[in-house]
Amino acid sequence: MLRISAVNLLLVGVLLLNLFMLGTSRIRALIQAAALQGVVLGVMPLLVGDPRSWNAGFIAIATVLLKGSVIPRMLRRALREAQIKREVEPLIGFVPTMLLGASGTLLSIAFASGLPLEPQHRELLIVPASFSTVLTGFLLLTTRIKAITQAIGYLVLENGIFIFGLLLVEAMPFLVEIGVLLDLFVGIFVVSIIIHHINREFASLDTRRLASLKE
Amino acid sequence: MLLLALIALPVLAAGVAAAIASDRWRPHVLPAAAAGHLALSLMAISAPRPSSLGGWLALDPPGRLVLLLLSVLFAICAVYAVGYLRYRRELSNRVFVPCLLIFLGMTTLVVCSQHLGLMWVAVEASTLATAPLIYFNRTPRSIEATWKYLLVGSVGIALALLGSFVLAYASLGEDSSLLFGDLLRRADHMNRSWLRVAFVLLLVGYGTKMGLAPMHTWKPDAYGEAPGVVGALLAGGLTNCAFLALVRVSHICQAAGEGVYTGRLLVFLGGLSIAVAAVFMVGQRDFKRMLAYSSIEHMGILVLGVGLGGSGIFASLLHMLNNGLTKGVLFLSAANIHRAFDSKSVQDVRGAMRRVPLSGTLFLFGFFAITGSPPFGPFVSEFLIVSRAFAADRFLVGGGVLLLLLVVFIGMGRTVLLMVQGLPSPEARRTSYHDGLLTGLPVAFSIALVLLLGLHIPVPLEALLRDAAAYLEMIP
Repeated sequence: MLRISAVNLLLVGVLLLNLFMLGTSRIRALIQAAALQGVVLGVMPLLVGDPRSWNAGFIAIATVLLKGSVIPRMLRRALREAQIKREVEPLIGFVPTMLLGASGTLLSIAFASGLPLEPQHRELLIVPASFSTVLTGFLLLTTRIKAITQAIGYLVLENGIFIFGLLLVEAMPFLVEIGVLLDLFVGIFVVSIIIHHINREFASLDTRRLASLKE
Repeated sequence: MLLLALIALPVLAAGVAAAIASDRWRPHVLPAAAAGHLALSLMAISAPRPSSLGGWLALDPPGRLVLLLLSVLFAICAVYAVGYLRYRRELSNRVFVPCLLIFLGMTTLVVCSQHLGLMWVAVEASTLATAPLIYFNRTPRSIEATWKYLLVGSVGIALALLGSFVLAYASLGEDSSLLFGDLLRRADHMNRSWLRVAFVLLLVGYGTKMGLAPMHTWKPDAYGEAPGVVGALLAGGLTNCAFLALVRVSHICQAAGEGVYTGRLLVFLGGLSIAVAAVFMVGQRDFKRMLAYSSIEHMGILVLGVGLGGSGIFASLLHMLNNGLTKGVLFLSAANIHRAFDSKSVQDVRGAMRRVPLSGTLFLFGFFAITGSPPFGPFVSEFLIVSRAFAADRFLVGGGVLLLLLVVFIGMGRTVLLMVQGLPSPEARRTSYHDGLLTGLPVAFSIALVLLLGLHIPVPLEALLRDAAAYLEMIP
């Protein structure tokens, strides 16, 4: 019982971070929030799965290190090297995207309540939190124009999928979990290299300049 | 063990290539690794049922076909790449060659993995390995293409991961193994609502990787800016791996009794892709982008065939081989023409048959093959798919596909004929490129295979095709 309320409390924290990320205008704060979200997520396998199992412990440590420290550091470095303005620059304003995010959360709750869950998962907020975080990632990806904020959007999208994965801590093999984390790491690594090149070539990270290829 | 070696060989070769300091000698690792891979692949395909790592790696019948195609196509591209990189001495291939080899290793892993999660990891890894390949030319346009490829591809692949998780949840029970064989066996106990959600997510995810409309937007940019040899490997290799992933997943849904639902979605997305490709192919000014739209069209034909079911599955698998090899011909010969004229705009390229007779002729043959003209292979497989549509009383689908194929033939034909016929205009730039053995012979070999598939399918290959089609129709 206590565990369920702890997990739900953390998930509410994740949802609040989603809204904060949609509303913030500073890239640094955005990276910080994504990192904090990663740390909160990293702790959760311990609460949902068997806390004494080695696998859950290892996944938790790897996730916290990767999402809470390594990736934010790579992103901050890309930000520093690019020496861009530290504002987020949205295509759609902050308040409208926050409203979109909030209504997306409500829709996720409604949609998730229609899906049949296993008895042990019924009281958890995992499914709505997962869908809502995926949606937040999408919003960041599509409504922010800087390459680096789009990368953060992808990170948040991945966080949403990680939340869904909590339903499967027992079913998903260890190797696959590690593979997913490794792919995320390499992905962000490649992205930060490309960001470096975009900045060198265009003297900006504004993805609206990436518009010479079209019909 | 065999399968592990098959995956480890290219990855080790990538390490060797990265250790070689000379840009001149590094590309020679490619044909050596390709030859080894081809030999091991043939051994694995003829072995009864190779499996490693407790069933995580195994070759199912459709996997054998994709492995054969991948290995042959990579061998063709590897020989070509040696010739191509000689013309690109100004650029370092320090990243390019190892990434090509890692790409081969990871796509092989996709083909061999029998685990839902492992397959996803491999698809994502092969996506990441191709990003530096697209960026080979180091121009602003190629950065743009790489960024779009990474962003659209990663989001698509992320949705496929969510879909894999949902599918795993749908199958949750006492035995929760995620091996395809076990999933198929447990399929009728799966939760139908979750399964439908899973299929939509996986279709969108792996469909993005295949380049099905409307998730195709990365494709023209990536194929347009990447070197031709990368285009050939993406259009004939990576997209077919994503197709294999989609086929495996829809097989599970079919076994769960959702065949009608998945069939409808596949036919819809397939038809939409063919239509979108046809619209954008008419009057296309950039011939590499035209080939990208052709790839979208043929991916549409593949999923349409699977969606129609029955003999459509056999036809689709045959078309996968035909399309993969023909795309090799088209992308590689187009790359030669691009080199010879230093332009990929249709306006600058005239008289390709005069300036580069071999590549011009091969490009023309490739065009006839891909648009389904006899006696080339795609004619047979496209004919089988359309006749399956009529046999299943789907007259609207069959008629629509025929009409769109005609539009594609006319649209593409106009562009291709303008390019190969006539005389090069006097102001067209001259380059040092001439048709050579290394950049000509592999392409000629590839079109010979396409022709062979059109005239007579070798008996062992036909057995493989029948096996794969029977496997995909089987409901345990």
